[in-house]
Amino acid sequence: MSSKYILKSVVLPNGDKRDIAIEDGFISAVSQNIAPTSHVVIDTKGSRVLPGLVDLHTHLREPGREDAETVLTGSRAGAKGGFTALSAMANTSPVADTAGVVEQVYRLGQDAGYLDVFPIGAVTKGLVGESLSEIGAMADSIARVRIFSDDGNCVFDPLLMRRALEYVKKFGGVIAQHAQDPRLTVGSQMNEGEISARLGLKGWPAVAEEAIIARDVLLADHVKSRLHICHVTTAGGVEIIRWAKQRGIDVTAEVTPHHLLLTDELTTSYDPIFKVNPPLRTSDDVHALREALAEGVIDIVATDHAPHPVESKECEWQEASFGMLGLETALSIVQKTMVETQLMTWEQVADRMSLAPARIGGYKNQGQEIAVGSAANLVVIDPSKNWQVDRDLTMSKATNTPYHGLTLPGVITHTFYEGRATVIDSVVQKIGDV
Amino acid sequence: MKHLLSIADLNLQEAIGILDTATELSRINDGQIKKLPTLRGRTVVNLFAEDSTRTRISFEAAAKRLSADVINFSAKGSSISKGESLKDTAMTLQAMGADAVVIRHSASGAAQRLADNQWMSGAVINAGDGTHEHPSQALLDAFTIRKHLGKGSSDLQGLHVAIVGDILHSRVARSNVLLLALLGAKVTLVAPPTLLPIGIKKWPCAVSYDFDSVLPYVDAVMMLRVQQERMTELFFPNAREYSRYYGLNAERMRTLKPAALIMHPGPMNRGLEISAEVADSARSVITEQVSNGVSVRMAILYVLLAGSSLDVGSF
Amino acid sequence: MNVVLSAEDISRALTRISHEILERNHGSTNVAILGIPTRGAHLALRVAEIMAKIEGTNIPCGTLDITLHRDDLRLRPPRAIMPTLIPQSGIEGRDVVLIDDVLFSGRTIRSALDALGEVGRPKTVQLAVLVDRGHRELPIKADFVGKNLPSSLDQSVRVSLTEIDGRDEVVIESRKQP
Ligand SMILES: [Zn+2]
Repeated sequence: MSSKYILKSVVLPNGDKRDIAIEDGFISAVSQNIAPTSHVVIDTKGSRVLPGLVDLHTHLREPGREDAETVLTGSRAGAKGGFTALSAMANTSPVADTAGVVEQVYRLGQDAGYLDVFPIGAVTKGLVGESLSEIGAMADSIARVRIFSDDGNCVFDPLLMRRALEYVKKFGGVIAQHAQDPRLTVGSQMNEGEISARLGLKGWPAVAEEAIIARDVLLADHVKSRLHICHVTTAGGVEIIRWAKQRGIDVTAEVTPHHLLLTDELTTSYDPIFKVNPPLRTSDDVHALREALAEGVIDIVATDHAPHPVESKECEWQEASFGMLGLETALSIVQKTMVETQLMTWEQVADRMSLAPARIGGYKNQGQEIAVGSAANLVVIDPSKNWQVDRDLTMSKATNTPYHGLTLPGVITHTFYEGRATVIDSVVQKIGDV
Repeated sequence: MKHLLSIADLNLQEAIGILDTATELSRINDGQIKKLPTLRGRTVVNLFAEDSTRTRISFEAAAKRLSADVINFSAKGSSISKGESLKDTAMTLQAMGADAVVIRHSASGAAQRLADNQWMSGAVINAGDGTHEHPSQALLDAFTIRKHLGKGSSDLQGLHVAIVGDILHSRVARSNVLLLALLGAKVTLVAPPTLLPIGIKKWPCAVSYDFDSVLPYVDAVMMLRVQQERMTELFFPNAREYSRYYGLNAERMRTLKPAALIMHPGPMNRGLEISAEVADSARSVITEQVSNGVSVRMAILYVLLAGSSLDVGSF
Repeated sequence: MNVVLSAEDISRALTRISHEILERNHGSTNVAILGIPTRGAHLALRVAEIMAKIEGTNIPCGTLDITLHRDDLRLRPPRAIMPTLIPQSGIEGRDVVLIDDVLFSGRTIRSALDALGEVGRPKTVQLAVLVDRGHRELPIKADFVGKNLPSSLDQSVRVSLTEIDGRDEVVIESRKQP
């Protein structure tokens, strides 16, 4: 495998057409017409290049649920979707609440070699919301954890949340909150509104999310720390974040691709493939989220990739697990919902899916501008081509994609991680000896 | 019609068709005839993943009067309560050659899941799914109202029905609102605000928190069962207070129109949502609802199973 | 298309059948007429009316729906169930005359006999039809026939009655190619 490439006639995020040379893991040249020497030349025929995508919210399931996903299969799914960095959520078994577990996950990522796997540490021991986990030890470990989250659970105790926000200031960390008031969502199954009333499924009110966001931006302001809001789903949540940012509060927020596209109307099928936490909301919410992402009120897109085995979805709605796959479809969904609607430019896509998430996570060599000297983490996408999602062809070990059968725009042809091609002509390459 | 999953799937003609068929069948049931040969050789499975003796018995009697073979698959001691998936159960039923599955399940949407997947090919009849719908109950309620107050017309135009109690958790209320509105009746839901779903605005009915202001104007009042655990879930302070505002007692009964019917899908909590005196009064058609249930369920089985399966929707 | 019975022909046939019924049963005292819906029910009413005029007394007349007793339910779309209305006097020990428009395979009449058996036990059961087109599949024969109409299996016989179709007429036509 060569480590020298030239991407011919590729369109940069700003719209300029250039050649890009990659050597020894870095971008060695960006200019018109680079003459090849010992390079492999890839004629992109006018495809677009973006800095490698960075996901701040991935469930890789290892250790504990290797039947749903492993770090390796999740890494391949990430590469296929154009990612060069993933952030492994802490709700594994055992929970990533010690240096030992985060180091294990970090090493599994390195061994897989498709992309950077940055572990997220649990805020509280066992994710149960009672006492702080070994945050300092995780930060100091080889995994250099900077993001802490109890995702799946909300850090509900306001005193505990305050302490966590304060504690991570020591090393510039951030608390990523899964905003869900547990008392307002006991047994909740879907967005509370007209459709939940009709279907007889227990409602999940928007206020359960918004109340926590409001409380936590106020706490972050009070202790002058950094807060990140996971998967915002409501128009009301957007308004609170907008207000907080106007006040200068250090808050960032993410939205998932599925919340940019899907609505609670889909629940009427009772097909749990659409069951997700937080739930799909209304089309008004979807429009508010798209506008917020375009404006930058919501900083980033994060997948909340949540693989589940078939039997967790082939059942009654209320018995099914929450979550859906996201890595392999994220960029296409963003093209469909944000670029083709002319809400965002490709330059903004690069920011929301690479530069901004890398900045929030403090991820070295990720989310850099495409320029000489930057790490060669790149994705090439042909926005003019369509593809049809097929759950039987996922790189992920799981098949729970809500988009099966849907035609999406944007075919990812190449992904480069540290100068190596992890995807060539849309085919995920064999990396290392696995 | 292939399945009966939700009243929302019925059009007016189909709903009236079922009621008319039930009317003819009830005439036969009133006579000497105990058994008709209509569904001889057909297999009806009662899949009751949640206890409901009365609904199961009603469907069983209906199927047997039409000479269908009936297999009962009930919750206690069966594989469903041992964690077997709905899919595996469905595939077992398919292997048994079930022509129809009558399903009662605690999960909203379970009947639709059974019908939408390729797990089995028979007709699916929703006999109550979670807090979603209970179509056969609504049909028997409409049948009962039409019989008493229909004045010979096929629909319920001009009638006003109040449904009172735990609307939020009631599959009976959801099916009844849809069917009564389809048949042209006016519906008013009466409940404390905590027991009405958020998002009720789009329902084809009126809503009131004040029972006493509604009672004098209705032609039928349908009382819903209130479960004891709703108190621990903070929906209302206690049984006494619930009863005081939303219970139907003799004093309230006196404010009803002279011909108004008193209904209850059962099982009743005497003393909570309905007093014994009211339940046993001459205006109460509660036991008649039970006997009408058999005719209506015979009609449902007839409409779904008696014809060729190639035909869809015509009557 | 070929008109085989006109309105006048139908009227004459029904009058003759009425007389034959009275003759066979030595008057009307023990007779009950049951029409098979839909058209048989209307024919039954007409026959009962003619008999009543002749006899100067009311003739018990009702309908007998056979839908629930059919053996071909699986072969066709679900049919609406028509009313079964048994006369006040009942059918127990009576001479019951079943009336239908067309006698063909005989399966409708077999179902009618089953349905009747559920209602009671008549002394005799007789059968009157407006048209007998042959092609019996069961050992069944009519006691009173308006017109014998030899037909081939690719033909169809259509009976129109004023009460339903706006006019009285029986036509025979070739079945359209499917
Ligand atoms: Zn989450």
